[in-house]
Amino acid sequence: MFGPLISKPGTSKKNKTGSWRTGLKPKFLQKNCIACKMCLLLCPEGCISGEEKNTFICDYDYCKGCGICAAVCPKQDIEMVKEE
Amino acid sequence: MKELLEGSQAIAKIVKLCKPGVISAYPITPQTHIVEELAQMKADGQLNAEFINVESEHSAASVVLGAVATGVRAFTASSSQGLIYMSEVLFNIAGMRLPVVLTCANRALSAPISIWNDHQDSISLRDTGWIQFYPESIQEAVDFHLIAYRLGEDKTVMLPVMICIDGYILTHGIEVVDMPTQEEVDKFLPIYQPPYKLDVDNPLTLGHLADPEYYMETRYAIQETHKEVIKLIPSVIQEFSKIFGRSYNGLIEEYRTKDAERVIVAMGSVCGTIKEVVDELRTKGKKVGLLKILCYRPFPTGEIYEALKNVSRVAVVDRALSLGSFAPLATEIKATFFNKKKKPKVISSFIVGLGGRDITKNSIKEIFRLLTTKERSLEFIDLKPELLKESYG
Repeated sequence: MFGPLISKPGTSKKNKTGSWRTGLKPKFLQKNCIACKMCLLLCPEGCISGEEKNTFICDYDYCKGCGICAAVCPKQDIEMVKEE
Repeated sequence: MKELLEGSQAIAKIVKLCKPGVISAYPITPQTHIVEELAQMKADGQLNAEFINVESEHSAASVVLGAVATGVRAFTASSSQGLIYMSEVLFNIAGMRLPVVLTCANRALSAPISIWNDHQDSISLRDTGWIQFYPESIQEAVDFHLIAYRLGEDKTVMLPVMICIDGYILTHGIEVVDMPTQEEVDKFLPIYQPPYKLDVDNPLTLGHLADPEYYMETRYAIQETHKEVIKLIPSVIQEFSKIFGRSYNGLIEEYRTKDAERVIVAMGSVCGTIKEVVDELRTKGKKVGLLKILCYRPFPTGEIYEALKNVSRVAVVDRALSLGSFAPLATEIKATFFNKKKKPKVISSFIVGLGGRDITKNSIKEIFRLLTTKERSLEFIDLKPELLKESYG
């Protein structure tokens, strides 16, 4: 008899860890963005995407609401807002 | 072919015939001769395996874990402190369901340092999930290495197997051994074809985190598999005897127990001495016998119950101790009969031969003598009271 012994890879994508968020989530205002990509580079989940100015968004399926993106944004163009 | 061989030499030879892809070990007395012999075979170009030298037993166990995980047959061996140093990895090997075969040359544990034989090292690892065999002779040790690979690699089993052989008595003793040919071994032991393995084209993760939603089922599965192993061993042995001509019960051996009133239960090489004493006492008309436990994990309770249910007095001989409690084998023999209608009137427990103290025929006779109607919960045989004192200094 065998129990749950072996995992196939890809669980970090399969598991929607955004459900771990407690209270706050980032809101991308898309007003004063200069496309410096600090938010994208420092996001520990790698769930921020965007290329041009004022196009940056995050994938709330994986965002855990740590707030690093809002803290590093030099234009204060990301703010942490209450979860609806 | 029958050959006069040292136990370690015979084991090295049979391991070679099992064609492992990877061998990794760290030398420790009294296991050394086994891996020394294998290393020599490799150096002489007779052994087609990777021999991976490591800096510790923890690494040796990790290497064979990794090797079997990639789908290769692997072998390691250790003793005493080395085996205990491996223990973290040994739990992992069983948990990952990887059929490693390990030879444990049984030796006492420190402190004080003892290089001599008892069963404390492997008995302390009885809860790892490994299958454990305790052969009596070098021939049995050789045969059970073959059986170990065949049994462990069965697709319904996939568990590691530890062959526990008494240090010096079996590792350094010399015996006439019937060594099988490569053709016979190949017939019994096909190339290892794992149902799962690490493979870059088909990636998977072994030994990952299991949260409380998953962990219990992995342990339950090993427990259930051990029950299946008890049923599987007779059929594996049957195939073994068809090819090699020798037969075993595989779980226990009953020696003159049928009409016996007093029976000793024991494991390992001491069974040879006990058989001699049984024969001697039988000629004097004493109805005595021996029950040898060959397979300690899984513990064959059903077979033990059938063998002992009509015996009036049972003496359990342990060469290990759960300090502060009872003797391990005795505890399990007693548990076998708990709440049963038919059971021995007396199950007495005896500790012998710790740290290599000789177990002579007189030691065994003393056990039979003490096997009276008065049950003994824990009795040390051949103890020297003159070495003990109440306070230091």
